[in-house]
Amino acid sequence: MADTGEGKKEESDYKRLHSFPLIRHTDMPEEMRVEAMELCVTACEKYATNNESAAKMIKEMMDKKFGSSWHVVIGEAFGFEITHEVKNLLYMFFGGSLAVCVWKCS
Amino acid sequence: MEFFDFKIPEGQSGPSGGKPVPPKPAKPAYKRRDEDVSTEAVEVVDEAGNILVKPPDQLELTEAELKEEITRVLTANNPQAPQSIIRYSFKDGLYKPISHVDQMAIHFSLNGNLIPKDSDEGRRQSIKLTTAAEKAPVETSATAPEEAEIKDEERTEDTQAAGEGEAEESGTAEAAEAADAEEPPPPAVKERKLANQFNFIDRPSWTPRYPVRDRACQSEPTPCKTLSDDINQWVIHDAYVEELQKREESKEKEKPKAQVAKKEEKKTKKKGRKLISLDSQSDEMNKISKAAKIVERMVNQNTFDGIAQDFKYFEDDSDEFRDQKGTLLPLWKFQYEKTRRLAVTAISWNPKYKDLFAVGYGSYNFMKQGKGMLLLYTMKNPSFPEYIFRTESGIMCLDFHNDYPYLVAVGFYDGNVAIYNLKKATSQPSYKSNAKSGKHTEPVWQVKWQKDDMDNNLNFFSVSSDGRIVSWTLVKNELVHTDIIKLSVEGTAMQGPEGLQLETLGCGTSFDFHKKIDYLFLVGTEEGKIYKCSKCYSSQFLDVFEAHNMAVDSVSWNPYHSKVFISCSSDWTVKIWDHTIKTPMFVFDLNSAVGDVAWSPYSSTVFAAVTTDGKAHVFDLNVNKYEALCTQLVMNKMKSKITHIQFNPVYPVVVIGGERGFVVTLKLSPNLRKMPKVRT
Repeated sequence: MADTGEGKKEESDYKRLHSFPLIRHTDMPEEMRVEAMELCVTACEKYATNNESAAKMIKEMMDKKFGSSWHVVIGEAFGFEITHEVKNLLYMFFGGSLAVCVWKCS
Repeated sequence: MEFFDFKIPEGQSGPSGGKPVPPKPAKPAYKRRDEDVSTEAVEVVDEAGNILVKPPDQLELTEAELKEEITRVLTANNPQAPQSIIRYSFKDGLYKPISHVDQMAIHFSLNGNLIPKDSDEGRRQSIKLTTAAEKAPVETSATAPEEAEIKDEERTEDTQAAGEGEAEESGTAEAAEAADAEEPPPPAVKERKLANQFNFIDRPSWTPRYPVRDRACQSEPTPCKTLSDDINQWVIHDAYVEELQKREESKEKEKPKAQVAKKEEKKTKKKGRKLISLDSQSDEMNKISKAAKIVERMVNQNTFDGIAQDFKYFEDDSDEFRDQKGTLLPLWKFQYEKTRRLAVTAISWNPKYKDLFAVGYGSYNFMKQGKGMLLLYTMKNPSFPEYIFRTESGIMCLDFHNDYPYLVAVGFYDGNVAIYNLKKATSQPSYKSNAKSGKHTEPVWQVKWQKDDMDNNLNFFSVSSDGRIVSWTLVKNELVHTDIIKLSVEGTAMQGPEGLQLETLGCGTSFDFHKKIDYLFLVGTEEGKIYKCSKCYSSQFLDVFEAHNMAVDSVSWNPYHSKVFISCSSDWTVKIWDHTIKTPMFVFDLNSAVGDVAWSPYSSTVFAAVTTDGKAHVFDLNVNKYEALCTQLVMNKMKSKITHIQFNPVYPVVVIGGERGFVVTLKLSPNLRKMPKVRT
């Protein structure tokens, strides 16, 4: 019992520890990357329960800032194969369980 | 023309010339009444009811006379012409009547000026006309024929368009024109205005047509890449865990400046693999340089193939017959153009990469001090050094750090010390001491790295002729010095002004730290003494050995035997000591000033020494306590002294440096490499 209790504590610790945004793969230039990351974090925090709204927010903001047309996928488990314009891809983890993939392809 | 001839009773002449003459009053009344010129006219009405106008001078005739019929006969004879003409004929000689009398009566004659066209004169004139027409710029004469032509054309057109009436007219016009050809051309014939409403002229025209050209253009599509991945909760979790670990590690190892990458770099150099560049966008030039490096190594290997084979595989079999003696097989020679004038002052093998060694260049000549160089060679590339550093002052000593093989501590002739970071691409030392930071006032003869101190700062020791042994610590990017010991010469403490104790300081020329007892170290001096010191005591020595008569060039602890150390000196001797005993255990006289001595890493009884006459001596105390197993002339150039020798920690190779910047590697023959048997 004590062990499981500790296990749970560790889990929640990990969750807290893992909530920082972690970039998995990107080829964006520095400025764009920073902006996109912040935007994703903001959106995910705002719409913590609704991935669609968060994705919508991210996509619209990216379209405005960097041109059409962007695509955003947010989820906890998915596989993907995408074609993206070079230097316009951001693939990151956030919140310990969310993965966000943002790319541009018109 | 017919002449009316009236037969008139004789005596009356008829009217001549056809001229109507008003009838004389004597004649009978004529019936012609139209030429009456009478002034008065009397009207008479005759029986038929017609009104007759009677002129006042009409002949009054009787009725009998009126009814008289007069016959008239018309003939073609000229009434004027004589009826018979008699002429003298000379032929016959008598007067004869002319047979025929000319009856021609000319009533009117007019001289015309028409000439037939075909006659000579006509032709001549027509030619004249045409030539005149061509020459004269007169419109009418010049254009008249043209106009005539044009008009002809028009007329022909007209004839086509209009009816036949036109043709007739034009035909007559042409005929008239043809007749009038000689005369000056008539004025321009007026254009006939056609009254026919169906005649119209077609006048098409066409704008110029510009050539058409096809032009196509297509923009390049934006470059795209595909990415595919699969994520699940565990993937995310693992990634986070990994990231956290990395962060912790990086925090721990902040000082060594991303050593992992550098070590990888060195490893790849050793194995000849391509460098893994940290920057994802590596230069084209970088890639070429990496490839070029590998090619260079290959070329070198091919060139020095024999030597490489010897290095690896050659074992001198004749050693069996040499009765314990050994030889040194010369391998590669390392030369660099710019160090030809400099002497090798220090050699050290890299603790990590066994084929890499550093050579310091400077000058032992007190008078001629110039610049120095630090070169790092690898045995894989004997033709060119891997690293080149230039220094302002000659290098006197150098040392690799055991844990961080990219850090090299260097001591200069001008008393400075510096640390070079091989990972960085600069040619300047990363840290350098200066007068403010407490550099030595005399050449630094030896530097040695120590273990990291309590605060995990790097530190090393240096010994110099100014009698100080200084510990340098790398604190926050600065070299901080701490005097450990001052080598005071015993018995020379003097009273200086104002009660100061002045000590003359001895000149340290070499030192060595004990491998196991950390605080214990030996210092050799110029006076020939060797001091045994401890890091803890800064003013007192643990012990003093009266070692040599001249400066001690090198001291070295035995790597295996904790009590034994060796020293060499310019007094031609090499001595082996037990640090607990004041007198040396072994003394070897080598007939020439000994430049350097080194223990072998594989045996506790083997050591090598080099002398200024160009010879290298290798001893094995296990085999022969009095003589060298190998005494070999390494450098045969007269003026070139050997200055340093170092054993390679792994391979049976020694590297020897000389005074002319000459570096050679030699392989130890098997006899020299006998390892002591492990005593069970």
